[in-house]
Amino acid sequence: MSTQPTFPAVDSSALPAVDTLLDALVEQIRPQVDPARCGMVGIHSGGVWIAERLHRVLGLALPLGTIDVGLHRDDLETSGLRIRMRASMIPFEVAGADILLVDDVLHTGRTIRAAMNELFDYGRPERIRLAALLDRGGRHLPVAATFLGAHVEIEPGREIVLDRCASGAHADTLLLKVQPRSGPRESAT
Amino acid sequence: MTRNPQLDAHGALRHLLSIEGLPRDVLVNILDTARPFVSVTEREVKKVPVLRGKSVFNLFFENSTRTRTTFEIAAKRLSADVINLNINASSASKGESLLDTISNLSAMDADMFVVRHAQSGAPFLIASHVREGISVINAGDGRHQHPTQALLDMYTIRHYKQSFTGLTVAIVGDVLHSRVARSQIHALSILGVPEIRVVGPKTLVPDSFSRMGVRVFNRMEEALKGVDVVSMLRLQNERMDGGLLPSAQEYYKSYGLTAERLALAKPDAIVLHPGPMNRGVEIESSVADGSQSVILPQVTFGIAVRMAVMSILGVG
Amino acid sequence: MAHPAAAPLVIHGGTVIDPVTCREYRADLTIDGGVIRAVGRVPDGFGDARRIDATGLMVCPGLVDLSARLREPGYEYKATLESELAAAVAGGVTSLACPPDTDPPLDEPGLVEMLKYRAQTLALSRVYPIGALTQGLGGERITEMAELTEAGCVAFSQADHPVTDTRVLMRTMQYAASFDFPVWLRPQEHFLSRGGVAHSGEVATRLGLPGIPVCAETIAIDTLVTLAQLTGARLHLCRLSSARAVEQVRAARASGLALTCDVAIHHVHLCDIDIGFFDAHSHLVPPLRSVRDRAALRAALADGTIDAACSDHTPVDEDAKQLPFAESESGATGLELLLPLTLKWAAEQSVDRPTALARITTDPARILGLPPGRIEAGATADLCLFDPLEDWIVGPATLVSQGKNTPFSGLPMSGRVRHTIIGGEPVFSRARSNVTTLPRRP
Repeated sequence: MSTQPTFPAVDSSALPAVDTLLDALVEQIRPQVDPARCGMVGIHSGGVWIAERLHRVLGLALPLGTIDVGLHRDDLETSGLRIRMRASMIPFEVAGADILLVDDVLHTGRTIRAAMNELFDYGRPERIRLAALLDRGGRHLPVAATFLGAHVEIEPGREIVLDRCASGAHADTLLLKVQPRSGPRESAT
Repeated sequence: MTRNPQLDAHGALRHLLSIEGLPRDVLVNILDTARPFVSVTEREVKKVPVLRGKSVFNLFFENSTRTRTTFEIAAKRLSADVINLNINASSASKGESLLDTISNLSAMDADMFVVRHAQSGAPFLIASHVREGISVINAGDGRHQHPTQALLDMYTIRHYKQSFTGLTVAIVGDVLHSRVARSQIHALSILGVPEIRVVGPKTLVPDSFSRMGVRVFNRMEEALKGVDVVSMLRLQNERMDGGLLPSAQEYYKSYGLTAERLALAKPDAIVLHPGPMNRGVEIESSVADGSQSVILPQVTFGIAVRMAVMSILGVG
Repeated sequence: MAHPAAAPLVIHGGTVIDPVTCREYRADLTIDGGVIRAVGRVPDGFGDARRIDATGLMVCPGLVDLSARLREPGYEYKATLESELAAAVAGGVTSLACPPDTDPPLDEPGLVEMLKYRAQTLALSRVYPIGALTQGLGGERITEMAELTEAGCVAFSQADHPVTDTRVLMRTMQYAASFDFPVWLRPQEHFLSRGGVAHSGEVATRLGLPGIPVCAETIAIDTLVTLAQLTGARLHLCRLSSARAVEQVRAARASGLALTCDVAIHHVHLCDIDIGFFDAHSHLVPPLRSVRDRAALRAALADGTIDAACSDHTPVDEDAKQLPFAESESGATGLELLLPLTLKWAAEQSVDRPTALARITTDPARILGLPPGRIEAGATADLCLFDPLEDWIVGPATLVSQGKNTPFSGLPMSGRVRHTIIGGEPVFSRARSNVTTLPRRP
């Protein structure tokens, strides 16, 4: 699946536009999913924003689900609970579902592990596939995206975050940024 | 006076002993954290690994199967190991002292003590003697506090009323002996409820409560006028023995929450009760089971709120 | 007394405080044969006498404490006569009254004689037992008051035990009045206070502690004053706790009743707020009341409405305090805090030192029926020499008493006893402590 382009991302300006990546994802996903059966689940926060757009464009029948992996994170012991955790909301039957999990940036794979654990708490899905906007490498777990917007290379000590303009003329516009890694926490992305 | 012993040097929650003196942020954070836990209880696997590998000791020096069970469910849904200890107070006083018991249990690698005790302040004493790293949750001490009950009540109120500002809340019944009422009064004030009323006969609602920032009423009809929330308290049978009340029947006649009386409150007023209810003593069955009653959701939210408290104390 | 007429002693360089004449002046004291021989110039012939350098020290009559529990007989695990009389002299207390709530209670002459004998053997503070008013303090049968008086009891009391039957109370007072025996009672109506552990007020309401209302004291004082007027008993009210009680004492005196009363020194300084987060060390009897009550007690002690302050010394073992507030044993150690806490009150209340010291020396002596403790030639040489400027921290290491239980633990005190002299004999001396290690007071 390494057909996607790779960007050497030294700063935010070198990153591809979100819309371009979304188009690439839609192109890959559309032939592979059944819009009547596919249950899409976005991972808070960036994954949900991506999923909202994919869900709309793909015209999926089942309502969009959202997951906060806060309760399944493996670094609770050292990092504690996050302030303002959101409730996971899966508005369709998980048991037997064909699930497409959506996240923004794939990194260590720990978030995906936590999200799959969370999903299994709702039931046993028939299949789970993963769509991610970007893969920045550095996996700690054997996790791979089924559908991917692009690979990026990034200097150690920096991270890529997806941001959304909350208001103004560009409200709801998604933007990828490169920034120094925040906090001591081992990135769970 | 010394620093509030339930907060650490950074103002973070270390024990939950009393609502009194807790910053608003701490309360709001508990309520916010409880929300995802409500959804956990709706899943097929009602369990998350937040407290995996931790040991929660339920230390019940006063028997209460109901409260103990809610804490037990909450802890188990967080994947903690739960050890229930019903320590009969009289046998404890004959033999091992309270603090010896605590030292022994601390040595068993406990992470959390959930304490119910008949004496006001007992959890404070325990908290001041536990090993560093052990959190104490007050599950009801004497007449003093029942903080998790008040928190679940606040969660319920926020769920139905969205916000606390602008609300009028009436707390009805045996306020004098009620740890629930004391915790509610503090929680409601901290969260910004502008008018808190307490109502009951002077034997159960002494005027000294006005010093806690509440309005004291002795007539049910006046107290219920225009309120958004009616919080009923349980009436213990022994109140009839100490010359505090003539009979349960007369209490119901004056202070029972009937449909007729509830009509004096706002049309969308909600009715809370910490349970177990005495139907026909505090509350009419039709009200308890009626559309304005949120007594059953309280129970559901109670588990989530206790999960939130345990999570915050357990993993910070 | 078991204090033998001692060898001559000269106390030089000190400042004498005479609570009777209300004067402070520099003078040397010459003591011989257990009495003060001269105040001022040392008479000829005392060149070889033992000398105490009192430079920088205050020399006042020994303290007289109207209530100190010595815990014997019966409660030796809490404290012993040895430990508590050592604490008494370390606190400058030369005479003390001990309440009858020992185990068994002081209701038999033999017990009183034994206590007196034990105390005399130790040759420390003079001990004046208060006899039980009713047998076993049960509130039902009158004790053999005449026999007990002969054995050494100076008054009769119920300590903290009630006489619930008002007719029994009246008869005990009638009987005591027949022989002019003083009756010391702590006013607290039994039924209103039953089960209570704290002042019925904001703090108890907040903490959910069962309360003792002020009216329990008010009603009891009304009853006792009425019965004293009726029976002619010499009534002393112990441990007043409220502003209302102060008013009642004033009113009773205005109506012609010659009653006396005291307050515990803790209640002059603390109030219910000091319970904090269920601090069992502030679990006292009577309960610490409101700020307003405390202010009234402080003022009444200054104007003399309240005759005396006492330590209400109650050593309690730590295990009995390490319990939930209501289950903890009440009481605080006090013998060694009586002087500094009185000085603190005097400074805060702008009471002159001689008047302040009168409340813990000559005034309680009068209530006990002792000579007033003047500093003059011929007076018994029971003296306390203290450094008014010495700072110290209250704590297990600085307290002599076996009871380390005090709400003042860890707090700084100003004023420390350096020498205690009883019957002309120095029974206690301590060197000046190294004050440089003490934190400054705010």
